[in-house]
Amino acid sequence: MAEERPDGAFRGYDPRGWFCEMFGHDGEGLAHTRPVRERLDRLGLEALRQRARDAEIELYDQGITFTVYSDRNAIDRILPFDVIPRVIGPSDWDLIERGVIQRVRALNLFLADVYGPQRTLAEGVVPAELVLSNANFRPAMRGMLPPAGTWIHVDGTDLVRGADGRFRVLEDNARTPSGVSYVVENRHLIQRSFSDVMRDLPIRPVSDYGRRLHEALCEVAPPGVLDPKVVLLSPGVFNSAYFEHVFLAREMGVPLVEGRDLLVEDDRVWMRTVAGPVAVDVVYRRIDDDFLDPTCFRPDSLLGVPGIVEAWRRGRVTLANAVGTGVCDDKAVYAYLPRLIRFLLAEEPILDNVETWICREPQALAHTLDHLSEMVVKPVGASGGYGICIGPRASRAELEACRAALLADPANYIAQPMVALSVSPTLTEAGLEPRHVDLRPYAVTGKSTWVLPGGLTRVALQKGSLVVNSSQGGGSKDTWVLAEEVA
Amino acid sequence: MTALLARWAECVFWLARYVERVENLARILEVQETFARDSRGRHDWGMVLAINADTGRFLARGTPPTAESVLRFYVIDRDNPTSIWSALHAARENARALRPLISTEMWIQLNVFHNRIAALGPADVVEERVARLCAMIKEGCDTHAGITAGTFYRDEAACFYQLGAAIECADQTTRLLDAKLLGMPQGGDGDPGGAADAAYWTALLRSAAGYQAFRRRHPRGMVAEQVAAFLISDPCFPRSVACNIGIVAEQLERLRRHYGLRQAAAALERVEAIEDTLEVRKVRALMATGGMHRFNDHLQASLIDLTRLLGRSFFGHPPSGADAA
Repeated sequence: MAEERPDGAFRGYDPRGWFCEMFGHDGEGLAHTRPVRERLDRLGLEALRQRARDAEIELYDQGITFTVYSDRNAIDRILPFDVIPRVIGPSDWDLIERGVIQRVRALNLFLADVYGPQRTLAEGVVPAELVLSNANFRPAMRGMLPPAGTWIHVDGTDLVRGADGRFRVLEDNARTPSGVSYVVENRHLIQRSFSDVMRDLPIRPVSDYGRRLHEALCEVAPPGVLDPKVVLLSPGVFNSAYFEHVFLAREMGVPLVEGRDLLVEDDRVWMRTVAGPVAVDVVYRRIDDDFLDPTCFRPDSLLGVPGIVEAWRRGRVTLANAVGTGVCDDKAVYAYLPRLIRFLLAEEPILDNVETWICREPQALAHTLDHLSEMVVKPVGASGGYGICIGPRASRAELEACRAALLADPANYIAQPMVALSVSPTLTEAGLEPRHVDLRPYAVTGKSTWVLPGGLTRVALQKGSLVVNSSQGGGSKDTWVLAEEVA
Repeated sequence: MTALLARWAECVFWLARYVERVENLARILEVQETFARDSRGRHDWGMVLAINADTGRFLARGTPPTAESVLRFYVIDRDNPTSIWSALHAARENARALRPLISTEMWIQLNVFHNRIAALGPADVVEERVARLCAMIKEGCDTHAGITAGTFYRDEAACFYQLGAAIECADQTTRLLDAKLLGMPQGGDGDPGGAADAAYWTALLRSAAGYQAFRRRHPRGMVAEQVAAFLISDPCFPRSVACNIGIVAEQLERLRRHYGLRQAAAALERVEAIEDTLEVRKVRALMATGGMHRFNDHLQASLIDLTRLLGRSFFGHPPSGADAA
C-alpha cells in the first residue's frame, strides 16, 4: 500500500484479493483515485465517523427516507449511506456511457420491432415464444409508434465489475427504474460534509438530472404541442419510493399527481385543479403497467387512471416509459441482447453481458450441467428472483434439485458464472473494510440519449455479502465521475 | 389561469389548520397549568376537556381527569384524534403529500418537529414539565409560521394556506370563549364579576396570547362583555374571530380577482354574512341577554359550512346531496 501513515484511515485496509475500486487489482492504488485516497487517509477514522453520523442525522431530518407503514405508525427508514465515495476515471466512464447509449438504442429498436414488424422474431434472433408468451408482452400495443421512437425514456443499467476490473451488464431496468434521487441527494450530502476532500477535483455534476429529464419529456410530447404540460404520476405517499417522486417532481418543477387527480375525457388526459380540468400532455408515470389503467390491465387497480392507455394509443398523451417495455428487460431477453445489438445496430456490444448460458440451447445446457457447482442458475419466468440456485453455496441436494429442474424444462433457465463483484472501501465498526458494490447509471432519452455522469453505487454492507439490494442490508455511496485524469 | 391541483389546495388548507390546532392546544394546556386554578388552588383539568368538547369521550375511558391523564390524552395519545401528536402527524402527512409544492425548509422543520413530539414518552408529559413542553411546541408552531411566511411561494396555494389557518383560528377562539361560558355556573364560585371570575377571564385571554393586547384596548377592568367583544370583534387582535374572518374574505377576494376563480364569489357571500354578525354592539347585546353560547354554536356551524363550500368549490368534492354516491 502506498500510504503508510500510522494514523491514516486506510491503515490495515486489505481488499483480500478482490478488485478494489480504490486500489485496483494489487492494492497499489489506482492512479485516478490518488488525491481522494490521500485526503481521506489524512482525515483519519474518527473524523470520517463523525461526518458519517452527521450525514445520517441530516438524511433523517430531511426525510430522505423510504417509509414503512404499519397499523398506525409510519416508520421512516433512511437508505444506509456510506460516506466513502466510489471514484470512476474518465476512460472507464467513456466506455460506460457509450455502452449504455448503445444498449438503450438497441432496446428501443427491439421494442419497436416487437410491437411492429417482428423481424427479430421471424429471423430467429430471439425465440418468438420467449417474447410472445412473456407476461410483460402487451399484444394490444402492436402498431404503436411513440414519438421519436422512444419507448424507454428512463433506463437503469445494472453494471458489475469482475475480478478483471471490466464492467459488465447484469440487468436492464426498462420499466420504472428507481434510485436516481439518491444519486443527487448523496452528492448534496457529500458536498456539505466533504468539501475539503472534493476541492479542485474535476468531479462531474449530477444536479441537473431533473432539468434534463424535463427537457427529454418535452421533446417527446404529442406532435403539435408547443408548451407541453408534464406531470409525474405516483402511486402516492404510501409508496416506498415516494420520496423519489417528490424529488423528481420538485426538480422538474411539475405537479406530482396521483391517479385520482387525473381523468380522461375525449381521449385527452386532464388534471383536476382548483380551476377545473387542465390538459396534460406528458405523464412520467411511476406506476407499473399492471396498475396504470383499470380498463386495460388490472381492473381492481385504484392507483391508475381509467382510459389513459387508450389516450396514449391515440397519440393524445405521451406515457414515459411507454407501456409494454417490460418485455425487453426480462432475464431471458437479456441473454439475447448482444445478438440483438449485432442484428439491429450492426455493431459489436460495447459493454458485454455477464457471460450467460441460455439453457434452451443444447450446448449451453450441457455446459451448465457440467459446471453446476460453479454457476448461478436463474429461472427466466415472470417471477424473477424466485428459484435462483447459487452453485458455490448450494448443498448437494439443492444442486441435484437444480439439475432435475434444468433437465425437465431447460428453456426456463439461464446460467451465469458467479461474478466476483468488485469491492470499495466502506466505513464499518472495524474501520475501512472492503464491501462489494455494483453501479446503476441512468439514461434519459427524448430524441437522443443522455447518461447521468454518476449513477447509483449500491454497496452490500454485510461482510462477505454480494447482495446490494436495499431490502437486504444494502446501502449506497456517492459516485464520482472524473471529467479528466488527475495527476 | 391557475393550475393548482385541487388535492394540493385541500392538503395545504388542512396543513395550516392542523398546525394552528397544535398551537392552540399547547396554549390551552400551558395556561391551564400556570393560571387556571379554582379558589382552593386546584387545577380543574376538566375545563380543557370542555373546551375541546372531549369530556364525554375522555370519561368513557374510565380514567379521572387528573393533570397526568389529561396531559397524556392531549399530548402523546395516538388513539386520541384531538391530541397534539395526532394533529401534528396529520399536519406532517399533509406536508408529505405537498413536498413538491412547499419549500424544503417548511418540510424539514415539520418533519423534525414531528419526530421530536413522536419521541416523547409518558415520563416527558408530567405536570412539572408542562410549561417547558408547551413552550417547545408553541415555538415549533411559531417557527413553522415564520418559515412559511419567509419561504412559501405566495401564489394561490398560499391563499388556501391562509384560509385554513384563519378558519381554524376563528373556530378555536369561539371554543375558548364557549368553554368559559359553559364553565361559569359550576367553574367559578357563584360570583360572576368577582375575583375568581376575573382570574378565569385573565387565564382565558392569556391562552389566546391576548392578555397584553386586551390591556392595550382596555387598560382597566375585566368585564365579561368586554372580553367577549374583544375575542369576537376586535379588528386588530390576531386571534379574534373578526380579524380572521377578515383574512378569509381577503384571501377569497384574491382567489376571485387575481386568479380568476369565480367560485370564490359564493364563499365570499357567506363570509360577508358572518362578518355582519360580528359587530361589537351585537356581541355585547348577546352577552347581556345570555345568547353568547348559541351564537358561538352558530359561528362554528357557519365555519363548518364554509369549509364544506370550499370543498365543493375548489377541492373537487361532490355537490351537496351527492356525498353518498
